[in-house]
Amino acid sequence: MKSFNYHAPKDVKDASKLASSNSAFLAGGMTTIPSMKLGLASYKDVIDIKNIKKLSGIKVSGKTVTIGATTKHVEVATSKDVKKAIPALAKLAGNIGDAQVRNRGTIGGSISNNDPSACYPSACMALNAVIHTNKRKIDAEKFFTGMFETALKSGELVEAVEFQIPEKADYQKHPNPASRYAIIGVFVAKHKKDVNVAVTGAKSCVYIDKDLSKKLSSSFSASAIEGMNVKSSGMNSDMHASAEYRANLVSLYAKKAVEAC
Amino acid sequence: MTKVTLEVNGKKVSKEVPDHTLLSVFLRDNLNLTGTHVGCDTSQCGACVVHVNGKSIKSCSTLAADVEGSKVTTIEGLAKDGKLHPMQAAFKKTHGLQCGYCTPGMVMSAVDLLQTKKNPSDQEIREWLEGNICRCTGYQNIVAAVKEAATKM
Repeated sequence: MKSFNYHAPKDVKDASKLASSNSAFLAGGMTTIPSMKLGLASYKDVIDIKNIKKLSGIKVSGKTVTIGATTKHVEVATSKDVKKAIPALAKLAGNIGDAQVRNRGTIGGSISNNDPSACYPSACMALNAVIHTNKRKIDAEKFFTGMFETALKSGELVEAVEFQIPEKADYQKHPNPASRYAIIGVFVAKHKKDVNVAVTGAKSCVYIDKDLSKKLSSSFSASAIEGMNVKSSGMNSDMHASAEYRANLVSLYAKKAVEAC
Repeated sequence: MTKVTLEVNGKKVSKEVPDHTLLSVFLRDNLNLTGTHVGCDTSQCGACVVHVNGKSIKSCSTLAADVEGSKVTTIEGLAKDGKLHPMQAAFKKTHGLQCGYCTPGMVMSAVDLLQTKKNPSDQEIREWLEGNICRCTGYQNIVAAVKEAATKM
């Protein structure tokens, strides 16, 4: 790993001041550090944000659950408040990576990295999340812009993620047996007026499947999407799963998620 | 360079190291605690698992500077007064290892599991150990070891 300067500022202002085009914010480091070790990334400055107290914690209001950027997966998975308000979100967090990854990895890190097979982005999309940064608020659908790309600008730091509490929701994942990343993951959320079906792992970036969402909005039942043909165009094809297989899984796991709601 | 002060296996240590020093490197190269193994270097194998403030983490994916001021326990810190920790004794008794390379990480991970869940099921043990890879045993005897230790801890 190439050398860098390590910083651990105590507040967001200082963290932002340290940021440059040659720096990275460090939260759990579960992607950042391995990437640096493999030589896929290198930075002059690594800015650890875990000492910034206001970035950690879970708040539930009447309609929303707000999770601080440096809140660890294990904290979301075991939070009584999250389990009560959005059990599907606690379940998702409890199945990310392995126990040691969940003891370090954070929600802010996951969404800022926007890995095409990460779990959290699908929850953000399906639960109409608003991403709070030190500069502005961004709707999830505008936040995830492409493969490993987000709307974040240089020096912009995710502070919290605000999820809308749905009437019902479930997340179903077909994990890679070694890494536990989603070969595909489907997050179904039934809100008062409509249903969102967000898919991760299938394409280069998380997306809402409009056809599945529309069908379920008019009738929220597994039979409404039974045998629905999800198109494989634009889907990833690799050693783990072909595009056609992924398309079939999306349809199947959407159904499983509705059944589990 | 940065000064890192930790409590490792009950002893206070302080070393001046480059900022990019990993906790695994700090333990192995600076403190000569080579029981913490580095198997894959890509954060998947779990041979490097240690406890930081009681929780299991992968030391090969953590900066030493990042855990400044923490209490770290490595495999060398488990046995007390020359007597094996119940988890170590259980691995020995049930033949939960062959080559032994993954064993320190397995043991540290399993100890953390029993701290949070006293009598885990086979399924829960297997799920918990998803981050620890063993290429010898086929895991059967490792699961047996954790179950055995659960009766003693």
